[in-house]
Amino acid sequence: MSKILDAKIPGGPLADKWDKHMIDNKLVAPGGNRRKFRIIVVGTGLAGGGAAATLGELGYNVLNFCIQDTPRRAHSVAAQGGINAAKNYQNDGDSVYRLFYDTIKGGDYRSREANVYRLAQLSTHIIDQSVAMGVPFAREYGGTLANRSFGGVQVSRTFYARGQTGQQLLLGVYSALSRQIDAGTVKMFPRHEMLDLVIVDGKARGIIARELITGEIKRYEADAVVLATGGYSPVFYLSTNAVNSNATAAWRAHKRGAFFSNPCYTQIHPTAVPQMGDYQSKLTLMSESLRNDGRVWVPKKAGDTRRPNEIPENERDYYLERRYPAFGNLVPRDIASRAAKVECDQGKHAYYSDFSVYLDFSEAIGRLGKDVVGDRYGNLFDMYREITGDSPYETPMMIYPAPHYTMGGLWVDYNLQSTIEGLFVAGEANFSDHGANRLGASALMQGLADGYFVVPRVVASYLAGADLKAVTTETEEFKAVENDVRSHYDRLLNIKGSRTVRDIHWDLGRIMWDKVGMARNKDGLNEAIGKIKELQKAFWQDLALTGSADDLNKQLEQANRLGDYLELGELMARDALMREESCGGHFREEHQSETGEAKRDDENFMFVSAWEHQGEGQEPVMHKEDLSYENIEVKTRSYK
Amino acid sequence: MTIHLKIWRQARGAKDGKFHDYTVENVAAEMSFLEMLDILNEQLVKKGEEAIEFDNDCREGICGTCGMVVDGVAHGTHAGCTTCEIRMRSYKDGDTITVEPFRASAFPIIKDLVVDRSAFDRIQAKGGYVSTNVGSAPDGNAQLIPKSDADNAMDAATCIGCGACVAACPNGSASLFVSAKISQFSWLPQGDAERTRRALRMVEQMDSEGFGDCSNHGECEAVCPKEISIQNIARMRREFVKAAFKG
Repeated sequence: MSKILDAKIPGGPLADKWDKHMIDNKLVAPGGNRRKFRIIVVGTGLAGGGAAATLGELGYNVLNFCIQDTPRRAHSVAAQGGINAAKNYQNDGDSVYRLFYDTIKGGDYRSREANVYRLAQLSTHIIDQSVAMGVPFAREYGGTLANRSFGGVQVSRTFYARGQTGQQLLLGVYSALSRQIDAGTVKMFPRHEMLDLVIVDGKARGIIARELITGEIKRYEADAVVLATGGYSPVFYLSTNAVNSNATAAWRAHKRGAFFSNPCYTQIHPTAVPQMGDYQSKLTLMSESLRNDGRVWVPKKAGDTRRPNEIPENERDYYLERRYPAFGNLVPRDIASRAAKVECDQGKHAYYSDFSVYLDFSEAIGRLGKDVVGDRYGNLFDMYREITGDSPYETPMMIYPAPHYTMGGLWVDYNLQSTIEGLFVAGEANFSDHGANRLGASALMQGLADGYFVVPRVVASYLAGADLKAVTTETEEFKAVENDVRSHYDRLLNIKGSRTVRDIHWDLGRIMWDKVGMARNKDGLNEAIGKIKELQKAFWQDLALTGSADDLNKQLEQANRLGDYLELGELMARDALMREESCGGHFREEHQSETGEAKRDDENFMFVSAWEHQGEGQEPVMHKEDLSYENIEVKTRSYK
Repeated sequence: MTIHLKIWRQARGAKDGKFHDYTVENVAAEMSFLEMLDILNEQLVKKGEEAIEFDNDCREGICGTCGMVVDGVAHGTHAGCTTCEIRMRSYKDGDTITVEPFRASAFPIIKDLVVDRSAFDRIQAKGGYVSTNVGSAPDGNAQLIPKSDADNAMDAATCIGCGACVAACPNGSASLFVSAKISQFSWLPQGDAERTRRALRMVEQMDSEGFGDCSNHGECEAVCPKEISIQNIARMRREFVKAAFKG
């Protein structure tokens, strides 16, 4: 039976909800009381590391897990362009309300008002906090913080540290974490992968993890569990994510009862280096900030194979500037990505491949000089040159959209609690703040807002009010889950087939990209579901694996994750099939305006989907959270 | 093109390992070095042999996870990039490439090309931070920082902690890594209060982890994929000496 989910949004005016909620929330007194509570945090990116460090600071007993060899390598490290905050330092009319408005509109009216408002409110504190921690943000000559603008907005509210903003914010988190590790409040478990969630009396009470070096399977108990394990776009095989980014922890929690929301909302980022060959392992992003000075174009004539510098000005189509005069090259990511696809589908593309367009800096270099452009984007230009062999100072970059950020994730209420009591989900791993599309420079903002400010409050409130009986890892519940994990590994290692992990993953990726990618339709989605089911069979019958489970074995790690991707991919296609409308990162070809823009159906689809797992081989059941907009007028999204 | 490889294989827990010879056919110029190793691993798994273990993650030069010694140089002979950023266009048909792990007594080998760099975390925990609790920070513009100071801090802060500096140093010193962190905070007013304590504790921890001393070879700067300057080491020494006098 499908049910309507309660997001537990506090009452009162939008601007006061969070402050009032914090006053209403119960607290845990400092000192011994906090130390008695043990909290597991999985993930050490901006959300997980931020939460672990802050909970440690407050005096809780924190166990923090990550798959990397050190928390400083969480994939937040790779974010390039920046982090938004409604500081209005530039006096260009920014405000908390405007950031809230831009984010709701950017998400195509498919996110929760109260969450987004809280995010906008907290954004200003994030900058202050990061500065206080020694994050070297870019500054003006006068010593004030510098800002730039990003897609989908008309103010400059993005703070940045060259093209390495994610790295610097993550190192801020890591340093805060290091301080707590030294103080003994946080115990760190690097090279550990969470494989399952343990539930006792309906509450999340622990995890089963594998130490990746020795293969040892271990049990850990706690009073609450926080998942901050990132997104799932490697389901497409080729994505901008790190090759170890994965959905296993979230997916296993889903199979234990946490609902999975809006899985079809994946962001295809417009400015990645195009795919080069079928041996490729990942796609590399070129920051969205490049679109501040780079102009996107294709040849006007289809099939034009001349080199870009040989194509005269009047034979170039600056299609974003033409179609969206108000925002031009700075339209949001979903709009820019689809526009590139439209051009390429008509045979208008860069010479390099049928799937690439130009991002041209010649006008900016002429206006500002090579030094200024180099100062702004130098490291990105160098990175591009390493990959392609071409210098963007001399010839336009070639770019094409790539799977990047996933807006879907585990369903959480306003307190970031999933449908399992005591299981909290933060950052990209939850579904909550970006709706159907994420605006640039908002991922870092959500990660840190959740990590530094929201998780510590909501988890404390839960612990203060929860009736938790004492558990140990010797209870039956822990033993049973550990057995499940062990038999899963045995099953994988006993297949002894002939197809490698990479081989099967590549096939999954192609199905997902072709049928569940930038544009979807009913037939394609049904076809995808069928093909994924076949691939699931192939995986369980013909997988080739070497080595053992009690050793460092990357092939085994990847196989374990791929099994989950094969199930998640199917759910993504189901969700996309159900959503008979176009919105943000979800474009159903059947639902478009005469000019090819996404056409929403607010009457029937203004809701969050939340899928409940029903057991192996059973079709999942969808529940709904209805969305209502009381503080913002719901309009057709236009950037013209 | 065809590439011949001599790769160090070492079982987990074994005291020693040895080089094995492999050949990879049909290597494309655009392939990254790690993609070439992926293809080799595909071949090995299909033959029922164990894949070669190597640490890698972002594959775009920012996470610092990858790192191996390629033809005798940490991260390979191409300056200013990590192993994952090397493209096979740097090589020609028939080349033989030698691949081995970062070698340093403070970085024990775990398996094949994977080493344990957790000593860096223990150094960082001894003061590589600004002690400030979340929630009480003043406005970000309350303290003006000259652009040049912020830029200098950022230059040091770009260190990715990959450990190539240690692997390249004849003494196995971690001075470039540690000095980058100490330098970053020395340029910023926020880090000033703990300046003395930070320099003393981080340097002490570096010594106790078994890293060697710096004797100005400059190999660290030469291999650093982020081109962190050796000037940071001079800066660290000044910070340490000042701190030692202050006690």
